[in-house]
Amino acid sequence: MTTVQAGDEIPARDFPISRFDLVRYAGASGDFNPIHWNERIATSVGLPNVIAHGMYTMAVVVQVVTDWAGDPGAVVEYGVRFTRPVVVPDPEGARLTVGGKVAGVRDDGLLDVELTATVDGQTVLAKARAVVRPPRAG
Amino acid sequence: MDQSYKGRVYPPTRPYEVGREKIREFADAINDPNPVYRDAAVAQELGHPDVIAPPTFAIILTLQAGHQVIADPDFGLDYSRVVHGEQRFVHHRPIRAGDVLQVIVTVDDIRTAAGNDLVTTRSEVSTFEGEPVVTATSTIVARGTAS
Repeated sequence: MTTVQAGDEIPARDFPISRFDLVRYAGASGDFNPIHWNERIATSVGLPNVIAHGMYTMAVVVQVVTDWAGDPGAVVEYGVRFTRPVVVPDPEGARLTVGGKVAGVRDDGLLDVELTATVDGQTVLAKARAVVRPPRAG
Repeated sequence: MDQSYKGRVYPPTRPYEVGREKIREFADAINDPNPVYRDAAVAQELGHPDVIAPPTFAIILTLQAGHQVIADPDFGLDYSRVVHGEQRFVHHRPIRAGDVLQVIVTVDDIRTAAGNDLVTTRSEVSTFEGEPVVTATSTIVARGTAS
């Protein structure tokens, strides 16, 4: 890979999210909040339908960075602000679109990466940023 | 909410041993097929001693540890109205299979904004021997509960 520069794009990708994904994530993460799998409870607290765990969305979004970097261990910082719930109706599900770019290169070589995450054109994360060690040459 | 909780530090959680199969299960659950989460030989080619965990894996430990604060009835947070506001991880090194980890939670901030109560907790994840591994900062929002 050639030298990474500010402005470099990280390839955008789409990720489908189904109700099954949320049930499996609940089990693996230990977050069994029923708003992530039970439509009756989700709507009873004013949500339009079941919503994805914010942490599921966060985990999916960073895959564009870990794949681009080559080594997930290169991600030294990763943070997001959750601004809009990802509604996951059954059986349609949702489609998350993720993109990113290199916002800057620090003196020590670390890369500041800015990420975007949208569903139906609406932003679901703000301040989605990662700090990454640069991909290895070669 | 009880403002005196700001600055409170909780005792270390009981040890959590990171297993290869738990890392695989979590990677499956986030639909990430990366072999570095599953194959020790691939992880070793990248310089890791064993399979490493995805960047958000620590939430398994820190969510549980954070419940010491948010589910504490004396703290006064309306847990039924809580949503996740912000999350950040600083990795001192990747979590890997075989780690035995503990979490020390600190209440960093308690504030009110636009009628919502916001609580920021910081979870310091370290090995049982004291090596820093991850610092996870989480802000939760209790919607419309500020009096």
